[in-house]
Amino acid sequence: MQRYSGFGLVKHALSHHANWQRQWRNPTPKKQYDVIIVGGGGHGLATAYYLAKNHGIKNVAVVEKGWLGGGNTARNTTIVRSNYLWDESARLYDHSLDLWKGLSQELNYNVMFSQRGVMNLGHNLQDMRDIQRRVHANRLNGIDSEVILADQIKEIVPIIDTSKRARYPILGASWQKTAGVARHDAVAWGYARAADALGVDILQNTEVTGFKIRDGQVYGIHTNRGDIESKTIGCVTAGNSGVVAGMAGLKLPLESHPLQALVSEPMKPILDTVVMSNHVHGYMSQSDKGDLVIGAGINGYLGYGQRGSYYTVEHTLQAIVEMFPTLSRVRMNRQWGGIVDTCADACPILSKTKVKGLFFNCGWGTGGFKATTGSGHVFAASLAKGEMHPLAAPFSIDRFNTGALVDEHGAAGVAH
Amino acid sequence: MFYINCPYCDEYRDEEEFAPKGQAHIARPAEPESCSDEEWGAYLFFRDNPRGVHHELWVHALGCRKFFNITRNSASYEIFETYRMGEQPQVTAQSLADKAKQSGAQAADGGWQTVGSRPENETLNKSSDTSDATSKEGTA
Repeated sequence: MQRYSGFGLVKHALSHHANWQRQWRNPTPKKQYDVIIVGGGGHGLATAYYLAKNHGIKNVAVVEKGWLGGGNTARNTTIVRSNYLWDESARLYDHSLDLWKGLSQELNYNVMFSQRGVMNLGHNLQDMRDIQRRVHANRLNGIDSEVILADQIKEIVPIIDTSKRARYPILGASWQKTAGVARHDAVAWGYARAADALGVDILQNTEVTGFKIRDGQVYGIHTNRGDIESKTIGCVTAGNSGVVAGMAGLKLPLESHPLQALVSEPMKPILDTVVMSNHVHGYMSQSDKGDLVIGAGINGYLGYGQRGSYYTVEHTLQAIVEMFPTLSRVRMNRQWGGIVDTCADACPILSKTKVKGLFFNCGWGTGGFKATTGSGHVFAASLAKGEMHPLAAPFSIDRFNTGALVDEHGAAGVAH
Repeated sequence: MFYINCPYCDEYRDEEEFAPKGQAHIARPAEPESCSDEEWGAYLFFRDNPRGVHHELWVHALGCRKFFNITRNSASYEIFETYRMGEQPQVTAQSLADKAKQSGAQAADGGWQTVGSRPENETLNKSSDTSDATSKEGTA
């Protein structure tokens, strides 16, 4: 792998940047691998990278039906935070946040991780009580989190309307200073390049069409480029997990929904943090390019169309203008949708299945990007050992039968 | 954006008047006390999540406020039919597949970005024994 550095940049400038090495190879599939990862998004590529890096398993294939990070990895609003209510999820997301901090150096790839803080607003008394409960729970788990009030919010975000005239007055917020944003597709590319350098085969335009299963043990996959064999297969297929599970005769407790986001025209720096409001339902940050990145809600119906309804966008922009009246005449530039796989308890599934050797890492729903690092890290450990990593164990698929749900819905300040 | 024909109002109305309520035709277990954990979990949490034909429950929330069912394609978003509570769907995945077979038309898969489970997957899987893996959770 050609390492990136300031010196390299100068050197390549002399040859008009014509001689940069390709970031990853485009190999032909081998007949057999030690581990196959289905799904070349952030989580899948991170899993492959940590398998090679931490566990010495380098004979790995990442099978992706489209292009790398073409799904939710490149469709999210890039927020990274760990202020979750319950111990199980707080540990998992905080583990991810720890890995984010050194990621650019580790991958030798600038993922533009910027710890600019995230605030979750409260607009009424009950919101504020929930926020205090969550902040106290966070602090007991060693997560930096604090309650701030309207005047402190105004100091951090001068353009926000904290007046009492507002229809939904802003009373306070939870504030996590170490949270932030990252460049989403750089995360996929960075993991891909680092994994490729360690020997992982990244197979794009390779669609899984079925599983080979004998006596309850998986031993390979069918793809549009021929059969590939492996006795350990990890599926990290986000919105399509239900469809992929169906190919193995499994059913997952997931529903796939369209989730939309949009960006405005680029403008001068106006917002240097992330503002989220669950109550009026809108959240926003400003990218380095200058456009405002705005997250909308999910559509309640089942959908695989990577597009949503127009009124969802309209409601979100109403909420944004309610919080930031000064933005009322800003024009929106682009809008898109991704397919999120949601669980009943708004927590992921990291689990073995009834088919031996077939693992699933899915159900991240509306907030998987922040966990890209930790999810890959613990899932790789689970695939390497054949047993779920302690941080992943509470997120077994069995919880939907035992009743031991990790109920983050409405408890985590999740904006959905 | 959907334009939905409410079977009670018998009128096409905008999607914003309606609210989706998930999978249709889920029967509550007749004897909840004697359900196993698996059966109860299946009833509460495990839903059909097809990329394709889906029967779902909606409510005309800002209209007649009655519940009804829609048969819809979850990938193309085409609505095949709406029908009242207690009725059975006229259009199913099976009926559409039969129709496509009769006319000899090849069903469009909507381009590779929206490619999912295809009919040929089943034949591909036939060579392997999936009996162990077959899901036991029945849905009503």
